[in-house]
Amino acid sequence: MTSPLLEVRGLVKQFPVRKNLFGRATTFVSAVDGIDFDLFEGETLGVVGESGCGKSTTARLLMHLIEPTAGTIRFGGRTVGTAELPVKEFRRQVQMVFQDSYASLNPRLTVEESIAFGPTVHGVSQREANARALSLLERVGLDPRRFAGRFTHELSGGQRQRVNIARALALQPRILVLDEAVSALDKSVEAQVLNLLADLKEAFGLTYLFISHDLEVVRFMSTRVLVMYLGRVAELGPTEALYTGSRHPYTTALLGSLLSMDPDHRTAAPPITGDPPNPIDPPPGCRFHTRCAYAEGVCSARMPALLAGAADAAPHWVACHMHAPRSGHSKLKAGAAPETA
Amino acid sequence: MTPGSGDEAILDISGLRVTFTGGPRPVRAVDGVDLKLWRGEVVALLGESGSGKSVTLRSILRLHPEKKTRIEGGIRVQDVDVLRLKGRALADFRGKRVSMIFQEPMLAMDPVYTVGRQITESIIKHENVSPDEARRRALTLFEQVRIPSPARRLDAYPHEMSGGMRQRAMIALALACNPQVLLADEPTTALDATVQVQILLLLRELQHQLGLSMIFVTHDISVGVEVADRIAVMYAGRIVEIGSVRDVIRSPRHPYTIGLMSTRPHGGRLLGNRLPAIPGSPPDLANLPPGCAFAPRCPHAGEVCGVSAPAPVEVSAGHWVRCVRTDLTAKA
Amino acid sequence: MSTAAEPLPAAAILRSPGYWVTVGRRFRRDPVAVIAALVVLALILMAVFAPWLAPHDPLQGMTLRRLKPPGTEGFPLGTDELGRDMLSRLIFGARISLFMGIVPVFVALAVGAAIGIVSGYAGGWTNTILMRTMDVFFAFPSVLLAVALAGALGPGIFNGMLALILVFIPPIARVAESVTTGVRTRDFVEAARASGAGALLIIRKHVLGNVLGPIFVYAMSLIAVSMILASGLSFLGLGVKPPQPDWGLMLNTLRTAMYSQPLLCALPGVMIFITSISFNIMTDGLRSAMDIKA
Repeated sequence: MTSPLLEVRGLVKQFPVRKNLFGRATTFVSAVDGIDFDLFEGETLGVVGESGCGKSTTARLLMHLIEPTAGTIRFGGRTVGTAELPVKEFRRQVQMVFQDSYASLNPRLTVEESIAFGPTVHGVSQREANARALSLLERVGLDPRRFAGRFTHELSGGQRQRVNIARALALQPRILVLDEAVSALDKSVEAQVLNLLADLKEAFGLTYLFISHDLEVVRFMSTRVLVMYLGRVAELGPTEALYTGSRHPYTTALLGSLLSMDPDHRTAAPPITGDPPNPIDPPPGCRFHTRCAYAEGVCSARMPALLAGAADAAPHWVACHMHAPRSGHSKLKAGAAPETA
Repeated sequence: MTPGSGDEAILDISGLRVTFTGGPRPVRAVDGVDLKLWRGEVVALLGESGSGKSVTLRSILRLHPEKKTRIEGGIRVQDVDVLRLKGRALADFRGKRVSMIFQEPMLAMDPVYTVGRQITESIIKHENVSPDEARRRALTLFEQVRIPSPARRLDAYPHEMSGGMRQRAMIALALACNPQVLLADEPTTALDATVQVQILLLLRELQHQLGLSMIFVTHDISVGVEVADRIAVMYAGRIVEIGSVRDVIRSPRHPYTIGLMSTRPHGGRLLGNRLPAIPGSPPDLANLPPGCAFAPRCPHAGEVCGVSAPAPVEVSAGHWVRCVRTDLTAKA
Repeated sequence: MSTAAEPLPAAAILRSPGYWVTVGRRFRRDPVAVIAALVVLALILMAVFAPWLAPHDPLQGMTLRRLKPPGTEGFPLGTDELGRDMLSRLIFGARISLFMGIVPVFVALAVGAAIGIVSGYAGGWTNTILMRTMDVFFAFPSVLLAVALAGALGPGIFNGMLALILVFIPPIARVAESVTTGVRTRDFVEAARASGAGALLIIRKHVLGNVLGPIFVYAMSLIAVSMILASGLSFLGLGVKPPQPDWGLMLNTLRTAMYSQPLLCALPGVMIFITSISFNIMTDGLRSAMDIKA
């Protein structure tokens, strides 16, 4: 692959949980706790994980809607938020579609005004912005004649999400962050929007970061998949390699939780038990060791590094001591190589 | 719609119509639902938002605001005529004969009381037992729903529990007075995938153990397949298809069910393929078309579909479909 | 990515009625609120056209006809303790009473909304400092605060109004702050930030439209309070000075006739009551008309 469009290094976000008398935070929750990944031009990187794993925080960090506690984001080789690439300039390149289609549109603005707002911020004339809004509406499958002058409460969930997509595209970005963008939609409408996203990606040469809790949808949409657990990357690899040959026990458990759709082969036993631990007080070492069937002493002692296999055609990263040579884990898998991410 | 079973139905819904009259225009959310639930059976009520699945479920416990809702038709739980219940009798009926678990236990439980207290109070309210006895039973329930260190968790407040644990506590609360019918309203929708499986398996096991009859409302077919004996698919306030899980999943005959099945990105469908989507959007209940409500989105729709609402057709034993063109949907 | 503007005539676009048009239509469907609004309108017209409506000079008294009961020939609502025509005084009284009800609230609305929106949108330290300052004023009961301020400033319409403005700024700022905080965290504001817009533009385009309505409705509900407080100040001799006709002041001076002419004595109170309840009902109607959901 070529050089990445977006490089994320050591990204950390801590939120204050408790404050002392003087408003100084005393307890933190690390929603995102040191993650690294690259986003390549033209790919769709799926991000999966359970609630509280930090997927949405990652999205908001990428959008610079919240300030990272540590770490850097580089776009096209330039560091975001420095003189190289000011945030406002970066924002034109990366746009986001939110989960809640209703809350993410201003109820007092018409559809046309909502879409045209972004371009006017960046110096496009109102007239041209409106024209752009109308043609984008057409592009996302909404007849501008019928929808441009409407207010959001008059639209259905699927129509609103199409407007949100048009709004995000109005700035002609190169990356679209889709944060559970289809999760709130009915299944029959979800498929339409997924198809639309696939079409738009091709038409405009977009790169997607596709965040979802739905493993089936992520498999359908993504070229590569990133699995998060408690603020860290557990596994990152090409979609089919990851779905058919998952390396991290958590990924395996997540995939094992998929229901069979076969009344004669129902799930017999849950792949893992218990709930994800509280991110305020994450377990030491490997975050997953409290629920992992293969956990050993080393797992609670040291945090595993994110490593790719030596024989991988395309790099398939995993943070697990079973895949780290010389980690001392008794069930060491073959093919692991000491190549750090 | 009656599948062949000699036993008497434990729950019998007939010609149920629910109309909300609170808004500027009356909205008929449920339009003629007939459903019999047999003893020890699990029926999944499947549908999208606005299909009337939750409204149907809530009508069984009469949870809708009385003044703004008109309920017509019949709901019987064995010898009890639910729509005739009043005051004290209705309060006794809820929880004792039929109880319910909700999607969001945090909203269904009282945040200022411990979970244990809510369970013991429910037991004491419905049965004449001592507080000690009630507490003992609450403990047994917690063990049954597999809450670790149950004695300690009884004294926890709802917000002190994790999502999965709260849903287990909610199930314990629902089972506190040994109801005959358990209604579940999307109980796993708000949960993470790894937790959802655990709760589904628990529900399936408890249902088996206690011989519960259950209606399970969900928007997710795969959840329905995992727990149900029969699946009823709802669209625009009507059951459009009902049959055994195998029949509905393997040979769906209503165009809507067929669409839902194929629209799922599942296993074999890989990157780059297009999903076969159902066109259009779900209907506006205040403004339904005459005839079949699915017709505007249906690939097989013809003139006949716009005339009158199709009557149920039995395509195989116990497999009913509300569609006039089932000849077109039969598998070749 | 091409966004070639296609020729789409503006007239071809189906436009929904604007927000306020919809609110107006919904408001008209509420008969009680409409009646209240008509009463308010009538009161305002009465105040504006007082010189043409009043049958007598409100300041001209005559000791011979003191404290005549309502229904007296030529004086349909009787006369007051100085023999002035009650009807004329009530009509003219609407001028000052409404003025004292509406003007302080609108001035306080401008100031309070600005403070509240800024601190709500900025959050953090700005919010803490501004809102704590407001809380200091909030700690006093409004009546006491108004009396104390008016007392300190000295009697007179202007000082009374100033006192009322100062009393109303903190509650309006509070409401503005909480509404703004609610809107600020909504996704559409995040989306606007993500598109690169600055704070002022976001406030103008995305925040104001969503917060001004609720703040305005709240301020409307204060008009009745302001009138009553103003009447109270006048009653205590801290607002309007005699012989100017003001409902609160009339209530004060007629107090002496409480036992001889109770009906007469109640008339200014009735006016205050009708006005404030009309404003309240109208505001309630407006509030529910503005609550448009899908």
